[in-house]
Amino acid sequence: MGMSMKWQKMLVHIFIIGVGIFMLYPVLWMVFSSFKPERLIFSEPGLWPREVTLENYFKGWHVVRDTTFGLFFKNSFMISAVCVIANLVTCSMAAYAFARMKFPLKKLWFACMLMTIMLPAHVTLVPQYSIFHSLGWIDTKLPLIVPKIFATDAFFIFLMVQFFRGIPRDLDESATIDGCGPIKIYMKIILPLAVPALITTSIFTFIWTWDDFFSQVLYLNTVQNFTVPLGLRLFLDSQGDSSWGAVFAMSILSLMPTATIFFIFQKYIVEGITTTGLKG
Amino acid sequence: MQMAKRRNRAAGNHAWIAYLFLLPWLIGFFGLVLGPMISSLYLSFTQYNLLQPPQWTGWSNYEGLLQDSNFRDAVQVTLTYVFISVPTQLIAALLVALLLNRGLRGLGIYRTVYYIPSLLGGSVAIALLWKNLFGMNGIVNDFLSFFGVEGRGWVTHPDYALYTLIILATWQFGASMVIFLAGLKQIPQELYEAAAVDGAGKFRQLRMISLPLLTPVIFFNLVIELIKTMQSFTSSYIVSEGTGGPINSTLFYTLYLYQRGFSYFEMGYASAMAWLLVLGLGAMTAVLFLTSRYWVHYEDGGKL
Repeated sequence: MGMSMKWQKMLVHIFIIGVGIFMLYPVLWMVFSSFKPERLIFSEPGLWPREVTLENYFKGWHVVRDTTFGLFFKNSFMISAVCVIANLVTCSMAAYAFARMKFPLKKLWFACMLMTIMLPAHVTLVPQYSIFHSLGWIDTKLPLIVPKIFATDAFFIFLMVQFFRGIPRDLDESATIDGCGPIKIYMKIILPLAVPALITTSIFTFIWTWDDFFSQVLYLNTVQNFTVPLGLRLFLDSQGDSSWGAVFAMSILSLMPTATIFFIFQKYIVEGITTTGLKG
Repeated sequence: MQMAKRRNRAAGNHAWIAYLFLLPWLIGFFGLVLGPMISSLYLSFTQYNLLQPPQWTGWSNYEGLLQDSNFRDAVQVTLTYVFISVPTQLIAALLVALLLNRGLRGLGIYRTVYYIPSLLGGSVAIALLWKNLFGMNGIVNDFLSFFGVEGRGWVTHPDYALYTLIILATWQFGASMVIFLAGLKQIPQELYEAAAVDGAGKFRQLRMISLPLLTPVIFFNLVIELIKTMQSFTSSYIVSEGTGGPINSTLFYTLYLYQRGFSYFEMGYASAMAWLLVLGLGAMTAVLFLTSRYWVHYEDGGKL
């Protein structure tokens, strides 16, 4: 014990910090490079910029004519916000029925719900696309939003069922004696006590919708409807080594909402992962 | 009618209210999941381009897949990607978790830092960064030149492009690590103390206590990562600019499905691919579950 133990711990710290810096270095490099003049990004070694400029941000913001990243951010925020609200309302409703109410065929529906959690989305993709196409919804936000209104993110139903089950039943029972019906119990007792689960749901719905590239590439075609990931994809078409500064600048901006949420709600994220196996 | 309703309510029968709560999900389940599932199974036996009604062609889509060399490439690329990146990711996650789980100070901060790649890694932004890092002028080549390794365009070379994506996947081991850490915390401290009294060293404790008791968590992570990694899309799309190239070396299964279904509008073909994906994933998961009884240690004897 004593000295050698201390040294051992010290070594572990140094190793962990070293690996951590190594892993985050690319992201840090991107952050610093986004403030460097284009010509210095690849010629100047090291992180610290000798010359600081916002030119990349201006150039990136105006990636295409007639519109800016401002519009893409607006679109992304709108879609994400509506998805968060939809998931909160409909997933919690379904979860309440599963966790607290008795009704015929409950076991069957619950099994169906669990099954859909692991189901690859590709197997419903073509018919869904065809439905949305016949409704005239291609190149609108609706295909991205409407599924959430119908609680298709079964994962969050499961998460909330687990949480609701942990809320003491005595509370429901005394409320029933006081004359409350199920709707009132859901509104006045379950939801207020389930705030942590609601926060976890909001965070992950937001982050996943914000980052979701596949459905956005599938359903949104015109620049006016583009979201942030699709805006970033525009750089692929107009590349050459000359525009990396702008790519980095807009990439950094695109990561800001996720990063901000992470630093505010860290506790909920770590707890969400550990209790349910959520992945980032 | 009115009487019956009143009697039901008196008996506390709220079935219809329960169904009211369940209604959005039920509509979604039938209209957006189960219905489309059945429909895509049907479409997989047809030729369908969205504009004309589907035409029954029997097994021809599936036969076509067997002869499609791009499909074979996609399967091979995806399996290579999955079979390398899932184990490396889990091993990295486990090693770092074991290292962090020694009562270190600042555990919270380390956990946060290591989790950041998992948080950001799935985005288009990081995929673009990766394309740059492993490009001809990227900092990876700067780094390698320190060791005298000759630089090249890693993302544009057919032998190496897939490995840059594997590195990107491995880089995101933080989420699994957080789950491992939680699992390690569950192991009662007394077990280690008892083992130490019996003279078991650190390594033996790891082999006899930590690893066996962690096998349920390892199993859980393995299943989740397998399902998730098989469906990866963004990194290959961005790094290869939607082509899956160079020469199909990064053609992920989902990217090829996307190309056939939504660039060429061969939606019957895409549906057949989707069903093969589900069957393949189902089979792999089933195999994992079958083997689990031989290596996963459950406290309650593993009875379901």
